[in-house]
Amino acid sequence: METFDIEVQRLTKHYGALAAVQELSFAVRRGATMALLGGNGAGKTTTLSILIGLLEPTAGRVTILGEDMLRHRHRVLPRMNFSSPYVDLPHRLTVRDNLRVFGHLYRLDRIGERIARLSEELGFAQLLKRPYGSLSAGQKTRVTLAKALINEPDVLLMDEPTASLDPDMADYVRGYLQAYQARTGATLLLASHNMTEVERLCRDVVMLREGVKVDEGSPQHLIAKYGRQTLEDVFIDIARRRRRPGEEDDVPPPLPAVAQPACAESPVAQPTAARPSSGPPGTQAGANGGAAGRKEVS
Amino acid sequence: MSAPPATLRPPQPVAPQPPAPRAMAPSHLYFSAERVGAMALRYLYLLRASWTRIIEIIYWPTMQMVLWGLISRYVLTATTVLHQAAGLFLAAVLLWEVLFRSQMGVHTMFQEEMYARNLGHLFISPLRPYEMVVALLSVSLVRTLLSAGSAALLAIPLYHFSIFTLGLPLLAFFVNLLIFGWAFGLVLCAMLLRFGFGAEGLAWAGIFALTPIAGVYYPIATLPEWLQPVALAFPAAYVFEGMRAVLLRGEFRTDLFFAALALNAVYLALGGAVFLISFGVARRRGLLLQVGE
Repeated sequence: METFDIEVQRLTKHYGALAAVQELSFAVRRGATMALLGGNGAGKTTTLSILIGLLEPTAGRVTILGEDMLRHRHRVLPRMNFSSPYVDLPHRLTVRDNLRVFGHLYRLDRIGERIARLSEELGFAQLLKRPYGSLSAGQKTRVTLAKALINEPDVLLMDEPTASLDPDMADYVRGYLQAYQARTGATLLLASHNMTEVERLCRDVVMLREGVKVDEGSPQHLIAKYGRQTLEDVFIDIARRRRRPGEEDDVPPPLPAVAQPACAESPVAQPTAARPSSGPPGTQAGANGGAAGRKEVS
Repeated sequence: MSAPPATLRPPQPVAPQPPAPRAMAPSHLYFSAERVGAMALRYLYLLRASWTRIIEIIYWPTMQMVLWGLISRYVLTATTVLHQAAGLFLAAVLLWEVLFRSQMGVHTMFQEEMYARNLGHLFISPLRPYEMVVALLSVSLVRTLLSAGSAALLAIPLYHFSIFTLGLPLLAFFVNLLIFGWAFGLVLCAMLLRFGFGAEGLAWAGIFALTPIAGVYYPIATLPEWLQPVALAFPAAYVFEGMRAVLLRGEFRTDLFFAALALNAVYLALGGAVFLISFGVARRRGLLLQVGE
């Protein structure tokens, strides 16, 4: 019998008249990795915020590690954690002090050893004495990830786990997460715009658009279902409301009406078959969404 | 690469057009009035969007005028009393510092978390809001002891005045002012959580609103009659009346002490409740992840 570490049932969040998430349901198997995918404002961050207990839903039910997250989140929080490059740590504290504070918040033993091990493994041991605020974006991302792993969580939620990392370090971090999962059997849920990352890490994907689940399945299943070459193409199809082969589009795709200068490489001037365009404004079609800096809660 | 299905039409190419000419501004300017204007506009937008900042502009001059007007009135009528207790003002200033520092110790620490955008990290850990409240109050106690204590010590060589000569009553005054400062600080934290950094000015100014009516530098009887019941609704008024009783008549008024203590119990409960309610509202509105200006 399969066990689900994360179960979301008919989750809804309204901000006044705006529905950020509507009737969203999905479940993540124990030890699996799932991704929430969708364009900006699709409801990914809102969903993650609800799952980590920072945001109360308007309706719905969230069960994590068998506990009702909305009623008993403090029973679960010690066993989960969250990593996001968009939520900062105190800038004036050193990296070591920041991690030590969180070690104490989770009431861990051998905090010093944990910090030393994580900093070695994630390649920032030489930064431990530096103020967090003096780090580069990529270094901050690694420290934030260490913060998220300090309590060896059974459930780890991540928003853009490799944002701001160079390809080499991003690759290392993905491998590290896979090794962590293999060692601990943890369940991972991530929101990402990096389709390469999602294809590599995730067994399942939930596609969101405007707060509504529009599809789900394994990356391979979705690629086959939409008759595309990559998950990124599927993402673009869904973002532009295009149907699968053999079905009519329900809404015409938004065509970029921006005048482009004549250019041989311009995807508008010379559209390619496999990748219709580089993506309209509002979609993140690049290989690495590249969302650096602050991000609003979607 | 396989050809896309017929239903997936690529976007139609748009006829290439020459780029529209851009208005060229001199880029070599070391000083641009336009850039200055743009920044001024940015700050005006900030002001316009925040009623708390607008209030702050008129708040300080009004407070100073009211406070020193009332002090002047007291000095005119009580010069003989002042001669009997030269340290009255110094004691008032030092005790006022206890109240000011204790409330500041609470709200500035909370503000630090907001500046650091760290609230999200903190509250996905097992930390509970009331644990944070206790932590804030504890740090506030340490900060108050350090700052008010050092000021009190400094007054000894500088003015030959030791507030420690008050003896045990000093402890009673300290405890009451500390608790009231905590309560006030928690309400300010709630406002910061609710209104963001727009409420920062009010947070600094908040406690000074009490200065004229708390009877810090003059008895409550100096206030206009209609204002006296308002003053007596705050524990600080009883503390400073009690301080004057000790300094002028050598008498510790237990009635004033217990009145302040009872009011403090109410205020601290209210402060804690307002903070926790505000935290709940922040969770409903998603403010914990996006606190800002």
